[in-house]
Amino acid sequence: MIEALGVRKTYPGRPVLRGVDLMVQEGETLAIIGGSGCGKSTFLKCVIGLVRPDSGSIKVDGTDITRLTRESEIAMYRRRFGYLFQEAALFDSLSVWENVTFGLRYLTNIPAHRYRAIARDKLALVGLKDVEDLRPSELSGGMKKRVALARAIAAEPSYILYDEPTTGLDPIMSDVINDLILDLQKALGTTAIVVTHDMKSAYKVASRIAMIHEGRVLAAAHPEIIKITNDPYIRQFVDGLSQGPIKMKLKEFEPETAEPAGKGGGR
Amino acid sequence: MGLNESWLETGPVGDFGREVLGAAESVGRFAFLVRSTFAWMLRAPIEWRQVLIQMMRIGVESLPVTTMTTFFTGMVLALQTGASSKHFFNEPLFVGTVVSFAMVMELAPVMTALVVSGRAGAAIAAELGTMKVTEQIDALYTLGTDPVRYLVIPRVMAFILVLPVLTIIADFSGTFGGWVVAYVKLGIPTSVYTADIFDNMEIRHFMHGFLKTFVFAAIISFISCFKGITTTGGAEGVGKSTTAAVVLSMASVLIMDYFVTAILSALGIT
Repeated sequence: MIEALGVRKTYPGRPVLRGVDLMVQEGETLAIIGGSGCGKSTFLKCVIGLVRPDSGSIKVDGTDITRLTRESEIAMYRRRFGYLFQEAALFDSLSVWENVTFGLRYLTNIPAHRYRAIARDKLALVGLKDVEDLRPSELSGGMKKRVALARAIAAEPSYILYDEPTTGLDPIMSDVINDLILDLQKALGTTAIVVTHDMKSAYKVASRIAMIHEGRVLAAAHPEIIKITNDPYIRQFVDGLSQGPIKMKLKEFEPETAEPAGKGGGR
Repeated sequence: MGLNESWLETGPVGDFGREVLGAAESVGRFAFLVRSTFAWMLRAPIEWRQVLIQMMRIGVESLPVTTMTTFFTGMVLALQTGASSKHFFNEPLFVGTVVSFAMVMELAPVMTALVVSGRAGAAIAAELGTMKVTEQIDALYTLGTDPVRYLVIPRVMAFILVLPVLTIIADFSGTFGGWVVAYVKLGIPTSVYTADIFDNMEIRHFMHGFLKTFVFAAIISFISCFKGITTTGGAEGVGKSTTAAVVLSMASVLIMDYFVTAILSALGIT
């Protein structure tokens, strides 16, 4: 179980998270939605310990990452996670199978002679065959995402964190990735957080959807409730409307005063 | 925000303050990287495969350019020395001595370091910078390792292992370049040229230049890795980091050369 309480993070001159409270139950898939720059990816990086929150706590199975200071403790904490990066983040200098099994050396005691077979199995799980010896530069965007997904699940983590898994993919490949997320959920029984602004993806994969706006959680509810909610902020986002309480500036020099006090300005 | 605070933040005082704070922070982070590198060296097994790959890239692939550069430096040194001594003594004297001492003690270590920093140092900063902006460095953390262990240590070790070897080869190529000019153009017999070298040179002269290379290797590798893994701002950031890595490495090598020479001289290794 992941339990985040009052998570705050400010980058120089720019508050990103302003007190995020979220709970992810065992076995569920929580989709976090929100506009670009609302802090959802930063929150995901806080969960895995890539970004240290300024305050608040994030407990995973009782261990509070914000209280861990030794590198070895943080590394041990991260072992339970698989992380799918937005741009896949495959290692250019390694082949596909070396990418997939990269973490096994550090996260498991599996002997090296089994790596290739494991890579083949994990690649099959994400629907890829005969790509083991290719380089990442030889793969399409969708294939890169799948290889990255195979790498994220190679060490059989308890939690998988997906950072914008469908961004930059065509609609069909996006749906393929959504199906994969669901299949992996069923096959591995993992708990997952999916950060996305793709509502189709969120509705399909999530057992619960949380919306972050201006660094705070506006609401967290079942997808069916999100679909019918009357909350104007959520409504505007899920319907993809330019008009509404969330003001996206058309031009950078538009005055901030166009926004209602205390709300809006999500960019 | 009050008027005074605003002026302090946006005016030249604020700019200066930010520059100073930024520089101080960079120094601190650099020191932390060096400390972290030694800590990981003691804590975890070294990635020898990566070290070998880097030795190939930094050492073997730099060999042609370092050898050629120092070969021509030896040639020009012989030409200048021959011309000068002819002017004063009516014949070329001590050409072998001047060329070999200059190469072994100063020129081969410094020129090799400068050429390798321009070639391999830039490549390291660009590669690690690209890894940083494409989240590959974050991916290393999530896959159970640390960029210092997987990326920095192999590069620092490879630099420390290959730069001395490149420098020894440069000692020979520079001295050989000097011999070519001495023999072909100045008409100095080989026996005289070699006697000029071996009658005067002692092991301490060689050690003077050789020991410097370890300091240069550490400087270039740490600066290049540091600039690489602290890259921000996409492709433009990678370009800036690469330029900064080369400029800082070269300047640091030349500045540290003076201090290392002074220390070695004080220790009698000269």
